[in-house]
Amino acid sequence: MKFIHNIHGGIHPPEEKALSRPGTVLDAGLPNTLILPLSQHIGAPAEPVVAVGDTVLGGQLVAQATGNVSAGVHAPTSGTITDILMHAVPHPSGLDNHCIVITPDGQDRWQTLVGISDFREIEPSALVDSIHAAGIAGLGGAGFPTATKVLARAGIAIDTLLINGTECEPYITADDTLMQTNARAVVEGAEILAYIVGAQTILYGVEDNKPAALNAMQQAVTALGNGEHREVLTFPTKYPSGGEKQLIEILTGKQVPSGGLPADVGIVCQNPGTAVAVRDAIIDGKPLTDRIVTLTGRALSQPGNYRVRLGTPVSHLLEQANFNPGKKQRLIHGGPMMGFALASTSVPIIKTTNCILAPTAEELPEPPPAQACIRCGLCAEACPASLLPQQLYWYARAKDQEQLEKHHIFDCIECGACSWVCPSHIPLVQYYRAAKANIHETRQERQRSDRSKARFEARQARVEREAAEREAKRAARKAAAQQKAATADGEDPVQAAIARAKAKKAQATLNGESD
Amino acid sequence: MALLRITSPHGHGPLTTSAIMQQVLLATLPGIATLTWFFGPGTLINILFGGAIALALEYAVMRIRARDPRPYLQDFSVLVTSTLLCIALPPYSPWWLITVGVMSSVLLGKHVFGGLGYNPFNPAMVGYVVLLISFPLQMSSWAPPRGLADVPGFSDALQALFNAQAYDAVTMATPLDLMRQNTGLLVEDLYQQKSQFGIWAGVGWEWVNLSFLAGGLWLLYRRIFTWHAPVAMLLALGLCAGVGFDGGSSNSGGSPLFHWLSGATMFGAFFIITDPVSSAVSNKGRLIFGALIGMLVYLIRVLGNYPDAVAFAVLILNFAAPFIDQYTQPTTYGHGQPRE
Repeated sequence: MKFIHNIHGGIHPPEEKALSRPGTVLDAGLPNTLILPLSQHIGAPAEPVVAVGDTVLGGQLVAQATGNVSAGVHAPTSGTITDILMHAVPHPSGLDNHCIVITPDGQDRWQTLVGISDFREIEPSALVDSIHAAGIAGLGGAGFPTATKVLARAGIAIDTLLINGTECEPYITADDTLMQTNARAVVEGAEILAYIVGAQTILYGVEDNKPAALNAMQQAVTALGNGEHREVLTFPTKYPSGGEKQLIEILTGKQVPSGGLPADVGIVCQNPGTAVAVRDAIIDGKPLTDRIVTLTGRALSQPGNYRVRLGTPVSHLLEQANFNPGKKQRLIHGGPMMGFALASTSVPIIKTTNCILAPTAEELPEPPPAQACIRCGLCAEACPASLLPQQLYWYARAKDQEQLEKHHIFDCIECGACSWVCPSHIPLVQYYRAAKANIHETRQERQRSDRSKARFEARQARVEREAAEREAKRAARKAAAQQKAATADGEDPVQAAIARAKAKKAQATLNGESD
Repeated sequence: MALLRITSPHGHGPLTTSAIMQQVLLATLPGIATLTWFFGPGTLINILFGGAIALALEYAVMRIRARDPRPYLQDFSVLVTSTLLCIALPPYSPWWLITVGVMSSVLLGKHVFGGLGYNPFNPAMVGYVVLLISFPLQMSSWAPPRGLADVPGFSDALQALFNAQAYDAVTMATPLDLMRQNTGLLVEDLYQQKSQFGIWAGVGWEWVNLSFLAGGLWLLYRRIFTWHAPVAMLLALGLCAGVGFDGGSSNSGGSPLFHWLSGATMFGAFFIITDPVSSAVSNKGRLIFGALIGMLVYLIRVLGNYPDAVAFAVLILNFAAPFIDQYTQPTTYGHGQPRE
């Protein structure tokens, strides 16, 4: 058994995992419309390859990836493209974005899917292309395109693949359910990913509040029998152990350098859902068009884990789960610690939607007004990044960017542990988000002014250079003329010119007479 | 449907600032009870009278600052300040002394800087030092403990608040005074000859300190503050006392145990230097903060003019706290030496 390392800080909010009854997958059914945002991942938005009126089959590409950091979008069922428009999407900003709307025909016809029987016979780069073609982005929350992630650091050897089955956010049981019901697929996907990145070791991390998932994973790993470099590890439940950097420290004792990637310490980290999506893409040839979503919270009378086609409107799911909205209803995309509040129920489920939380006002009450910070330091005790949140708060209020950076504000992972413990109910994370945005803005402004300064200086240099060249030419001409005058052996150039003119005139007269 | 939009995190832990303050107040009870047992109801009357003044002041200031006073009164912070100050005042202090002290603490110590959270100094100690410098006679009039003199009843004590003649307190040199002034006696003889000395330190005082230690340990158990500052202070004080003990000679500054259980040591270690607003921020910083206070307390007690060393030591280190913070930032994740 590998030694489990402790991380600094962390909190123990009520887990509320049993509410969504993990271990059973319910079918969310086929909605009347599917709304597919072109940007369901980090990076460049996809570009539509269909037009309004086209009919599409399930699994067919409707928008292709643009550039390296991007992911395509596929039709989750057969139907007609009825619109390509700006539509509400799940995003903290609450702004609309480009979406393709499919009206399903109800027949769910699929295009022929071609899988690969033995992935070890295929070059890893070809497998990466297949992952890219399947439109897979991390299903854990951030949505980084998987094909890009496995290639992230060319030239650095990866020795370990981590499968992050921590799911430390309260309420969410999507990964738990996936591991309980489909552990074999998780392990198969992990083997493919390990083959691609060249990792010798696969570590599966599962928090100790998921004994059924842990057991299923251990059995699946043993059943596949790929030797001693495969381990399912469990560790005490603590939020945010599932943060990528935190899990790496817990399972390996290594810390990802500030500003770096896990690849810098020879690690690639993937979510179990992503592993299954990779398995489906390679072995079945099936692109990413559905996922498991936890629908939970006490405003739902049928909470549970649902298999949902991407693009399904949240309103459709809320109906399935028997939503009884309160007066001041909140709908949270993700978990209670890091999720964001939705502006509308018309937004669709996307690749990164692991949970829709509909709490009652008693369950997650509105925060009371913030009180003064007394620097009690509970936030510093809770911070998993060993920051001093109370100091960051003061500097953020003072807009002291130098001190903010000196206190490493960019190492804040916005997990919300500090805000959770703050006895004065100060929305600390919100201050940090604003401060980070301000610093980014200042940096961009500085870059812009540096660029215009460089431009101005270049122009200045060019103008001076051109002036100097002109001056040099003139001086050269002058010198040449003087040179010429000097070579004429003291003869007066003016007289010579007059003589030449006279001779020419005389010649002309002579010619005229001869005519 | 209109949805409520709030940023994450959407949940919150159970602890509130008001609850922290209430627990601090609760933790002073053993110490107050022991003080009352040994010195009579004087401290209790200080606390009640001072608390009323403090609440009135807080209310008035918040009205002047055009804010709703209710949340500020409900956070109990001003009661913590006044209670800590009044515990430190001699019992049977006159009403004006308490009033000036509380006003200095609340107005000068806190509100001139912008209120709770903005004060660079410990407000209770600001009030205490203002009084100590302005009214040294009244501030050094500690009544003798039970066993050395009669302890007054409640009505006598109440009269003393408004009429200094009503209770003519016999005052007596405190054990810390005796130890500092001692030049001719071995420590052992001092303990035997002077009735003010008890088993480990002063009669009464040793139990008062043990009571505050008990309250402080309960706060530590409740995780209201971390162990760093109190432990560092007590260790540094003990270390200095150990070095200056001089085998118990007539030059001795007193044993570590004597210093731990004398004066305001335990009260200071667990209730004053743990004030988070005016102390150092990081755990490493709090170790340094506490250790320097412990050292200063010893030096002021043994070499200084005032026996009340804790207040001065705390204020001096309050000055230094932002400076300590600059050099004691903890290592952020991903910034340390790579570990294998």
